[in-house]
Amino acid sequence: MLTLKIAFRNIFRNTRRSITTLSTIAIGATAVLVFGAYITYIQYGVQTSAVQRTGHLQVFRNGYFNYGTAAPADWGIDSYQDVLRLIREDPELKRLTAVVTPIQSLAGIAGNFENNTSKPFFGTGFVPSDRDRMKQWDEYGTGSQGLTNSGLRDNDLTKGITGTGVVRILGLCDRLHLNDCPPTPKLAARQPDPSTSALATPAPDLAELATRDNSADDTHSEEPIIDLLAATAGGAPNVVTLRVSRVEIQTLKELDDNYVGMNIGLAQNLIYGRGEHQVSGIVVQLKRTEDLEKARKRLMGLFKEYGLDLEARDFTELNPQYNQIIGMFRSIFAFISAIIAMVVLFTVTNAMGMSVIERTGEIGTSRAMGVRRHGIRKQFLAEGSLLGVMGATVGVLLAYLVAYAINHSTLTWSPPGQVARAPLRLYLIGAEWLIATTWIGLLVVSALSALVPANRAARMVVVDALRHV
Amino acid sequence: MKTQALAQIPETKHAGGPVVRLSDVVKVYKEGDVEVSAIKGITFDIPRQRFSMIVGPSGSGKTTPLNLIGCIDKPTQGTIFVGGQDVGALNDNAISDFRAQRVGFIFQNFSLIPVLSAWENIEHPLMLLGVPAAERRERSTRMLEAVGLSDQRKRRPNQLSGGQKQRVAIARALVKGPDFVLADEPTANLDSQTGASIIDLMRRMQEEYSTTFVFSTHDSHLMSHADETFTIRDGQLVNHVSGGSRC
Repeated sequence: MLTLKIAFRNIFRNTRRSITTLSTIAIGATAVLVFGAYITYIQYGVQTSAVQRTGHLQVFRNGYFNYGTAAPADWGIDSYQDVLRLIREDPELKRLTAVVTPIQSLAGIAGNFENNTSKPFFGTGFVPSDRDRMKQWDEYGTGSQGLTNSGLRDNDLTKGITGTGVVRILGLCDRLHLNDCPPTPKLAARQPDPSTSALATPAPDLAELATRDNSADDTHSEEPIIDLLAATAGGAPNVVTLRVSRVEIQTLKELDDNYVGMNIGLAQNLIYGRGEHQVSGIVVQLKRTEDLEKARKRLMGLFKEYGLDLEARDFTELNPQYNQIIGMFRSIFAFISAIIAMVVLFTVTNAMGMSVIERTGEIGTSRAMGVRRHGIRKQFLAEGSLLGVMGATVGVLLAYLVAYAINHSTLTWSPPGQVARAPLRLYLIGAEWLIATTWIGLLVVSALSALVPANRAARMVVVDALRHV
Repeated sequence: MKTQALAQIPETKHAGGPVVRLSDVVKVYKEGDVEVSAIKGITFDIPRQRFSMIVGPSGSGKTTPLNLIGCIDKPTQGTIFVGGQDVGALNDNAISDFRAQRVGFIFQNFSLIPVLSAWENIEHPLMLLGVPAAERRERSTRMLEAVGLSDQRKRRPNQLSGGQKQRVAIARALVKGPDFVLADEPTANLDSQTGASIIDLMRRMQEEYSTTFVFSTHDSHLMSHADETFTIRDGQLVNHVSGGSRC
């Protein structure tokens, strides 16, 4: 008790030096906590965005994740309605899940034969109402939006959405009146090469098919029509018509230039034709991320129990950039924390070193009165630790103030991997682990900083210390 | 400061014989490559419950025996028995505990802990000894009254005069009931009137608490109060006067 009393009073003996030291620790603590809270928010924001798009888990036929994406039709889940029912009706999973919905991945060629243009595409077929429900997931209240409303209806198999690049390349910008979507520039006419000219235009039967399809629709509609050509599961070519009801900018140019989203029924018509309709995956979105492993375990248990050759992949596997983004921010956080720890270390060491020099006579007196070397060491360690405790505590309070100010401002930003802007927030409430680690970390650094001066004080020769003026 | 687990020091306070015995003690200091002999083989006993003075001109080496007796320095050669204990045989922790239990110090520059009040400074040695709080309070308060500073108990050293600081230092030295009190030039930083009152106080306390006081001084007024006088010159004991009888 006396050690702490003396330590506390000595801290305020040289007020200016102590305030400088305490400010350094406090600002360091604030910086670490604010940045840590920002990273926590980013982590939750990126997770929210990923979970809205891909769910927490996706169930595939075993091997699809590694080998099947090139030919989704060959890796479809048989009797998927039974699997869906099995997952949806399982009592344990029912409690954990928010949305369980099928998806169908597909790839092929998208063509606008009015404009004589075509390009490869890849896309997804989904249940529009389920996709819109998935968009509602916001466990952490980040306000992140990985998806926008599709605007599609479950019973309408004619409409779909595309990336802006798809409609730009297919020459549909004018029809869609899109901003930032310039019309296709006129290229200088080339002399036709007889050997390739036949390939430059669509095959007569496809062109005819497209013409027939288009004539059946209202070609004056605001929603332009594209034709999607893909190979069916049986290997035959198949074509469907899609009205572009919405254009959604994607986060990567490659994705934006190739993405086509549609009602799952349309995707199945294209891939499976008149054959048995399958799906390439089943998306499972949970109510809470912390239940992910529990849900995965239960799913695998069900698959084993019913002899289903299925696997479940989580959102970090489905979104490799998730771990990259989090890893990058954590590295930056560790780097900044290390720098701040070094600054605190040198500041406290300097302050304690000065204190030892100034109090040499006092050290001699204490030793003469019978305080052991260990007692002197403990005294200075207590002072260093107390500086850490006070500085870190003030830092935590300052961090809460900064977090409050930012959270109540109207600042917004674009999170990584997301198009829509989100409110800028600092997640300090609930970040007990971050606060405790920072507080204890600074306390330990401060105590360690005092170790060298404390040892110097403890090793002083009593008569020399008493003689010190 | 937390109470130390004190080493077992043999109880000798009421034993007979001298409180301190120095036997052929040599102390050599090294200053760079140069060796300086502060004490050149001195032998003497300090009797109990007396006012003993180690006197001599400045630089004669009178502070060195005081440091050796107080166990804050070690002899280069020779043995020192304090209360029958060969202090040369004790390790650093045992020596610290020995000082905590047996030795009181009064310094020329008072050497109070600046962040503690007068009362807390007096209580400090008792905390080191692990004396229970109630007893600490009682003994510290009594000692503060004994040195006439009851009304100054909450004042810090920087709020006290030189004389008041030295009174606190005397109370601090005596509060634990040491075997002896070592006082290094206790009146050197005081004006003559305050110095005289401090000498009177120490004499009164010595009689009241039956304690041994050992001084190093060249203050003639203080010397006039000596029961025993050891004169040191050039690191050697040149004279010993005991109760008016010369040895």
